[in-house]
Amino acid sequence: MLRPYGKRMPAISITFTLNGSPVTVDVDPAARLLDTLRYQLTLTGTKEGCGEGECGACTVYLDGLPVNSCLVPTYQVRGHRVETVESLDPGALEPFERCGATQCGACTPGVVMTGWWIREHPELLEAHDTRELMAGNLCRCTGYDGIIDSVKEAVEARGKGKREG
Amino acid sequence: MKRREALAKLTGRERYVDDLPLEGFLWGMTVRSPAPRGRVTAIRFGKDVDWSQFVVVDHRDIPGPNVVALIEEDQPVLAAGYVRHVHEPVLLLAHPSREAVRRAVRSVEVVVGPEPAALDFRVPPAPEQIQYGSDNVIKHLKIEKGDVERALAGAPVVVAGTYETGAQEHVYLETQGMIAQLEGDVLVVKGSMQCPYYVLKALQHALARDATRVRVIQTPTGGGFGGKEEFPSHIALHAALLALKSGRPVKLIYDRGEDMAATTKRHPALVRHRTGLTRDGRLVAQDIEVVIDGGAYVTLSPVVLSRAIIHAAGPYACEHVRITGRAMFTNAVPFGAFRGFGAPQSQFAGERHMDVIAATIGIDPVELRRSNLLRDGQTTATGQVIRDGTDRLAVMERALELSSYRDKQREHAAFNATHPTLRRGSGLATFYHGAGFTGGGEVALQSRLRVAGRPDGGVEVLSANIEMGQGTLTVFTELAAARLGLAPEDVTIAEADTGRVPNSGPTVASRTTMIVGGLIERAADDLRRRAGLDDSARGAAVKQSIQRWHREHPGEPLFGEAAYEKPPGIVWDDQTYRGDAYGAFAWAAYVAEVEVDLRTCTTRVIDFVAVQEVGKVLNPTLAKGQVQGGVVQGIGWALMEECKWRDGAMANNQLTNYLIPTSADVPPVRVAFLENPYPHGAGGAKGLGELPIDGPAPAILNAVARATGAEPRAIPLTPEKLMELLDGQAKVGAQNAAPLR
Amino acid sequence: MNVLLPASLPEALNQLASDATAVPMAGGTDLLVHWPVRLEAHERTYVDLSRLDSLKPLRWTEDELTLGGLTTYWDVILDARARAELPLLVDAARQVGAIQIQARGTWAGNIVNASPAADGVPVLMAYDAVVVLESRSGREEVPLDRFYAGYKQMKRRTDQLVVGIRIPRRRYTYQVFEKIGARRAQAIAKVGLAVTCSGAGWRVVAASVAPTIRRCPAVERLLEAGIPIASPEALLPAIAQDVAPIDDIRSSADYRTRVMARVLYHDLRDFWGKRA
Repeated sequence: MLRPYGKRMPAISITFTLNGSPVTVDVDPAARLLDTLRYQLTLTGTKEGCGEGECGACTVYLDGLPVNSCLVPTYQVRGHRVETVESLDPGALEPFERCGATQCGACTPGVVMTGWWIREHPELLEAHDTRELMAGNLCRCTGYDGIIDSVKEAVEARGKGKREG
Repeated sequence: MKRREALAKLTGRERYVDDLPLEGFLWGMTVRSPAPRGRVTAIRFGKDVDWSQFVVVDHRDIPGPNVVALIEEDQPVLAAGYVRHVHEPVLLLAHPSREAVRRAVRSVEVVVGPEPAALDFRVPPAPEQIQYGSDNVIKHLKIEKGDVERALAGAPVVVAGTYETGAQEHVYLETQGMIAQLEGDVLVVKGSMQCPYYVLKALQHALARDATRVRVIQTPTGGGFGGKEEFPSHIALHAALLALKSGRPVKLIYDRGEDMAATTKRHPALVRHRTGLTRDGRLVAQDIEVVIDGGAYVTLSPVVLSRAIIHAAGPYACEHVRITGRAMFTNAVPFGAFRGFGAPQSQFAGERHMDVIAATIGIDPVELRRSNLLRDGQTTATGQVIRDGTDRLAVMERALELSSYRDKQREHAAFNATHPTLRRGSGLATFYHGAGFTGGGEVALQSRLRVAGRPDGGVEVLSANIEMGQGTLTVFTELAAARLGLAPEDVTIAEADTGRVPNSGPTVASRTTMIVGGLIERAADDLRRRAGLDDSARGAAVKQSIQRWHREHPGEPLFGEAAYEKPPGIVWDDQTYRGDAYGAFAWAAYVAEVEVDLRTCTTRVIDFVAVQEVGKVLNPTLAKGQVQGGVVQGIGWALMEECKWRDGAMANNQLTNYLIPTSADVPPVRVAFLENPYPHGAGGAKGLGELPIDGPAPAILNAVARATGAEPRAIPLTPEKLMELLDGQAKVGAQNAAPLR
Repeated sequence: MNVLLPASLPEALNQLASDATAVPMAGGTDLLVHWPVRLEAHERTYVDLSRLDSLKPLRWTEDELTLGGLTTYWDVILDARARAELPLLVDAARQVGAIQIQARGTWAGNIVNASPAADGVPVLMAYDAVVVLESRSGREEVPLDRFYAGYKQMKRRTDQLVVGIRIPRRRYTYQVFEKIGARRAQAIAKVGLAVTCSGAGWRVVAASVAPTIRRCPAVERLLEAGIPIASPEALLPAIAQDVAPIDDIRSSADYRTRVMARVLYHDLRDFWGKRA
C-alpha cells in the first residue's frame, strides 16, 4: 500500500461486505473508496473520471444505492455493503451490448451500475424519467441514446421475464 | 455484428493504462510554468522535502534534441530556460507515493521574469508581443477561384457577417496517461493514444533511440476525439525520461483538472464573410477570412487551418470565391486536433451566415440552400468537380421530412404568438466533410497494413489504427471476415504495438474505415493469393489453405500486405491550393428544434434530426452511435461548453465549471442515412466520424434566431449572451425582438 | 490526517468539544471534492458521523417534519408524505446533482457547508425551517433564516452538530422552487428561488445572488401589501434592496438580477396586486 511521504499515518482496519463477501483491509484514513477498490483491492472495473462527483464513472452501490466512490471516505463503509461492477452478471447485460450502450468504455462501468440499479427498481420510473436518473453519468461518446435505449430494454426485458416466468 | 469488445467494457474487464498491474513503479508528475511568457530565472526546491527521494528530470536529461517531433521543430519536451505558455512543462518528478509527488510538485517554485504576452488572436500583436516570424502568423493560406472582387462589386446584394467560435475541451472520460519502462535495452511505452507511430517518432527523435530500442503500445483508450492525436507524445516522452533516469517503470496519469488545463483544445476561430448574391438568392461571390488561434506552438495548426478554409465556403456552387486563412501565434496553451479539425469552425460561420443572408434578403433558408447546393458537375472552392452522384437535395429533403420542418414552422408561429415566456424554432444546416488526409496527405503517409494467416487457419489484422470507441475493432473484423468469407471468431485484431504492426497511419481524419479498411481488403486478397488461392475463394477453403501453408512452411509467418494507393483521377496542387481536396465528401443536413425560455434565456434542444450520406453504412449501430455522439458534442459546444481564460490558460478546469451535456440536456437524436457507395472506400464507405460535429452548432443557432428574433453570431451561446443580445435589441427597438408579455 | 470514529452522538459531541478544528464528516459530497489535489484538507481532523444511526431517520409528528442530522436528499425523495405536503423539498432534492449525490448528500451538510448556491437551504428557509444544534453543553435552536451572518459564516459553534431540521406542517396556498443552472442536472445554481405562501405569510428566498442565502423582505412586502407589479423591471428596486449578485466564474450580476426579476414576475403573476 502506498503511504504518503514523510508521515506515518495510522491505518484504520475496515471490515465490510464487498460484492457479497466479507473483506477486511487496513486503509489510510485519507483513502477514498475509489482508491481502495482500484489500487488496494485491484478491482479496476470502477474508473476515475473527474475526482469531483460530476461524471459518475466511479459509481458503486453503497447499501444498494448508486454513489460516487470518489466522494466516499473508505472508513465510512465499515459494516456496510459495497458492490462494484465486478458483481454484475455478464449474461444479463445483453441489452446493453445490443443497444450500443458503450463506445470507448471509460464511462461504461458507472453507466452500467446506475442503469442496472434502475432495472432492479423499475417502480422509480413512475415518478422519474430514465434520463433524469442517468444524469449523473456523463458520457462523451454515445450522445446518450445508446445508454437510454439499453436501460429501457433492460427494464422491459425484466418485466417480460417476470410476466412469463 | 455487435461491438466486439462490448462485454469487456460493460463488465469493467477492459483494462486501460491506469488499470494495468505494474510492479515497483514510480508515479510521475509535471512541474509547470506559472506564467504565459518569459525567462525562467530560478527554480527553487522547497526545503521541507527530502529531494534525494525523488527522481528529478529537466531539459538537460534529454539525450536527443529537446523537441517534440510533429510538423515544426518548435515545441520543447521540457522548457529550457524560456516559457511560452502557462502550464508549459518545465520539470518532471517521480516517487513511489502519488501523494508525495503531488506535494513535491507544489514545493517547486518556477520563477519567471514576465514578458509581454500575446493573448488575443483577434487583434494584431503589438511589437513587443511578436514571437513568431514578423507578425505572429504561424501560417497563411489562400484559396482563389474566379475574380471575387469584381463579382462582389457587380453583385446586386452583398451580405457581410462576422462569426466566432470558442475553444472546446475534449473531456474524454479517461484522462491522458502513459507507462514507460525498460525491458532489457528496449524502452516500452504504453498508454492512451490515437497514433502509436506519432509517439514512436517523437520518442526516437528526442531520446536519440532507433526503432530497435523503442516500442510503443496503445492500451484501450477511453475516448480521444483528437485530443490524443498529438499530445500523448509529450506524456510518453515525460514518462520515458523519468523511467530512463530512474531505471524503474514510471506511470504518469493526468488528473482531470490538469488534463483540462494543460492539454490541447479546439482552435478558437473568427470568420468573416462577404457574400454577393443575385436578388433571388443565388451565390455569385464568396469572400471569406478565417483566423484561428494556434496558441504558443505550431502543433497541427497549419493543417487545421487548411481543413477550415477548404470547408469554409460550404457545400455550395459559387463561381467566385476567395478564402484566406491565418493561424495566429499567441501565448495560450497550444490548441490542437479536435473532431472536425477546423471544419466545424468554418462551417458554423458559413451555415449561420446562410440564414443571415436569408433573413436579410427575405428568402426562405431552405430555398436559399436549394438554389445553391452543389449539383453534380459543379465545382467547389478549390475547383474540385463534384460528380459522386449523391442527391444532395434529397439529403436535405429527408431531414426536412423527418423533422416535420414545415408543420413545425406553423406550430411554432402559433405557439410563439401566445405563450408568455417560451419561444420555439427550428434551424437547418447543410454541410459536408472530406474524409482522409487533404490532397496529397494520404500519399505522404505511405500507409501499410498486413493481414496474417494464423496456423489455425484464422487471420490476424496488423494495423496501427486503434479503437477509441468509434468501432475500429468491430469494423476491421467485419471487413476481414467478409472479404475472406470467415466467421468473426476467426479474425483477431492485433494490439497496436509498433514492434508488431506496420504503420497504417494515424487514427484521425475519419480515415480508419474508408482508407485503412480498404487496405485490409487488399491485404486479405494478397494473403489469399499467397496461400495459393484465387480471389474467389472463401470460407473453409481459405482456412484450409492457410493451415496447409503453415504445415508446409513450419515456423514461418504468412502475411498478406497492402500499401496505400491513391484512387485514380485525384489531382491536388499544394502550392495553389487547387484541385481535388479529398477523394470523397460525406454530405449532411441537420435540423435542430429548440425551445428558449425568455425568463432565463436558456435554450433547450427539444428535437434533433441528423441525415447524412456516407457511402455505405457498414455497421448501423456503430454508425448511428457516431452520429449521436458527435451531435451531442456539437450541442455542448453550441450552448454550454465555455472555456474561461486567465493568462491564456483554462480557468474553469473542472467538470463542475466546464459543462458538457448530461442525458437530461439532450433529446433523442434521430438519425437517418442515405447511401451512395464510394468505390474507393472499404465496403463502399466514406469517412463518418467527424461529419456529425460540423452541423449541430449552426442548426441550433439558426433555430434560436427563428425562435426569438435574436441574431447570435458566436458560440457558445450561453444564456447570458443570449440575454444580452435580446435585451440589446429590445433597447434599440429592433423589429424582430420578441417582447415578453 | 486524523479521523475520529465515534460510536454514539455523545462521543461525537465530546470530540467536537475537545478539538475546535475538527470537521464533522457526513456524506462527503462537499468535503471530498477534488480530494487528491487538495492536500491541505489532508492535514485536518475529521469526526466521522456515519455511525450515528439516531441521526438518519426523518420523523413526522402532528405539527412538523423533522429531518435528521444525517437524512439524505434521497430519503426525502422517497417519502410520499413529503411529496404530498412539502413538495419543494422533493423538487429541490431532485435537482441536486444526480442520484449518486442525492443518495449521500445530507440536508444538514448542505446547511453547514454554507454555500451561497446551496440547493437544500432555499426551500428549507422558505418553509421556515429551524436548525437544531446539539453540543455537550446542550441544545440550541436557530431559525434557518437567521442562521447565516455573512459569507460562509454561520451561527454554529465548532462544538455543535446539526442533529435535526424542524419544518412546521402547514397548508400552503402557493409554493414554487426554481433552480436556474447551466444545464438540467449536475449544475450549481446561478440563481435559486424558493417562494411559499401560507397563513404565516409570504416567504421569498433567493440563492446565488448574495453572500448568503436569504429571504427577500422587500419583495415579500410587495406581495403582502398587494402592490401591483406590471413587469419584471418593476421588481428591480425591491430586488436591489434584498440581494447583491456578483460576477463570478458561472455567471454575471446583470444576468442574475434580470433572471430573478423575470422568474419572480412570471411565477407570481396571479398574485401581484392582491393582498394575501
